[in-house]
Amino acid sequence: MQKTVEVRWHGRGGQGAKSASAILAEVLFEEGKHVQAFPEYGAERQGAPVRAYNRVSDSPIRRRCGVLNPNIVVVVDPTMVESANPTEGSAEDALYIINSGEDAKKLRSRLGVTSKARILVVDATKITLEELGQNRPNAPLLGALSNVFSDVPVESFVEHFTSKMKKLPPKALEANRRAILRGRTEATFA
Amino acid sequence: MSDKKKIMTSGNLAFAEAMRQIDPDVVAAYPITPSTEIPMKFAEFAANGKVTSEYIAVESEHSAISACVGASVAGARVMTASSANGVALMHEIFPIAASFRAPIVFGLVNRSLGAPVNIHCDHSDSMPERDSGWIQIYCEDAQEVYDTVLLSVRLAEDSRVLTPVFVCQDGFITSHCYEPLELLSDETVKKFVGERKALYPLLDTDNPVSYGSFTMSEYYFEIKRSQMEGMNNVLPVYAELAAELEKETGRYYPPIESYRADDADYIILIMSSASGVVKDVVDELREDGIKAGALRVRFFRPFPRKELAALAKGKRGAAVLDRSASIGGTSPLAAEVRSALYSLEEHVPVQEYIFGLGGRDFYAEDAHSVFDDLIKGRYTETPRFIGLLEKDDKNERA
Repeated sequence: MQKTVEVRWHGRGGQGAKSASAILAEVLFEEGKHVQAFPEYGAERQGAPVRAYNRVSDSPIRRRCGVLNPNIVVVVDPTMVESANPTEGSAEDALYIINSGEDAKKLRSRLGVTSKARILVVDATKITLEELGQNRPNAPLLGALSNVFSDVPVESFVEHFTSKMKKLPPKALEANRRAILRGRTEATFA
Repeated sequence: MSDKKKIMTSGNLAFAEAMRQIDPDVVAAYPITPSTEIPMKFAEFAANGKVTSEYIAVESEHSAISACVGASVAGARVMTASSANGVALMHEIFPIAASFRAPIVFGLVNRSLGAPVNIHCDHSDSMPERDSGWIQIYCEDAQEVYDTVLLSVRLAEDSRVLTPVFVCQDGFITSHCYEPLELLSDETVKKFVGERKALYPLLDTDNPVSYGSFTMSEYYFEIKRSQMEGMNNVLPVYAELAAELEKETGRYYPPIESYRADDADYIILIMSSASGVVKDVVDELREDGIKAGALRVRFFRPFPRKELAALAKGKRGAAVLDRSASIGGTSPLAAEVRSALYSLEEHVPVQEYIFGLGGRDFYAEDAHSVFDDLIKGRYTETPRFIGLLEKDDKNERA
């Protein structure tokens, strides 16, 4: 792993971008990494664009400013491929993890990134509608993201999701577990 | 003791967890963003029997701090938290708490003072309280918040000090950032903080005392002088306590943290969470052979002026970065730094900057340009602003 990996999440209020960034940090913390997870706070309301960030490093992390040049960009809401400007400041070889039902090649051209960028697509909305009956795309996106941190078992993502969301009924937790596992296997690189 | 535990938590929750372990007698609070989670989490602890504390939900911040003062002079160990305009509403009571020598430990989560209403960080809420007679300690991260709460209980209650403490952390940047934190065991914390032994408790009816009485000019001055004596004892007492806690934690926080400043030519003086990125930039400049360094001011009251003068002596340039303004005067940190450096025989050039008001972010490139100013000798009489949009600027950055 390079010195510090920076992650930027683009979502809408209520979709769980903030929780997902915290769960990612907890998973990697358990793996012995130095981590930060911090959301950008504005007027908090459902549906409003929100950003959240992670830093992951093998050495202690001191800086606390926002992430300007992310290595990984997660787009939680399909409508934000254009509206949230996810490529802003991103590294040329950044990895984009996008919740979309669209063809990966089309997404690449919509994002306007070079061939150096990698794009991982997962239809997280469809998965959670099928598994939970609700559009809560953060669980399958965490599953997709687990492909990037290949030395971490996917069960670790499931466990941390479950412990973070322990107020949910067991049925909902089970549905989210399935959603995470589906996100991991159904995600495809463009 | 080896029964430490590493967890993921935030600055707010680190403060609340320290409160749970300390189990104070009384907590009175009126929650406000971004410190809301502190009383919220503590109320949960109280409701679930995790603490024995009396939790008093009040109807305003003024009432919260008033209840804290009453409980503290009664002999209780008292803690609370607030931010921004909540702190401002408490202002009337702060000098009374200090004058009563009420050793309250206060989680001050820094947020800009309205108007305009803004929930984000700067130090405009705590700086107006710098003359209230309270100790002020500014923390860089959640771990430091946790350690500082434990130290502050002992520091505030020490009979040589008997002065309330603000434990400050940056709103959202520190209070809401999830990061690893090492907790001590409950037993270690309880052993370290011990029980409060109140010197003149109001409820000791065998030895009656009076608080809040009236004095004319024949005594008021002497009371203030006595408060100053307490404040003068803070740094020596703190050194003892910090060394004691270091044995448990392995961590030591000096009143001013010197980061590669010993042999530095150019230094940035800064407080709280923005210090981290300055340290990163110091490392980058050192790799290029530039002797850069940083001084992070942790104690603002009492201000460690002797320590500062010793650390900044002989530097070719110093930049002071304030996260608050004294409109019409010199910004708080710059005023203290200029005053402390005045006694040095060899003049250290100082450039003032104001940054981060209302949560305006502070990036590595900002620290780079400050060092660049120092290296090129660009000094101005008036402070420079970092990241401010001027009239014709188009690039919004927050």
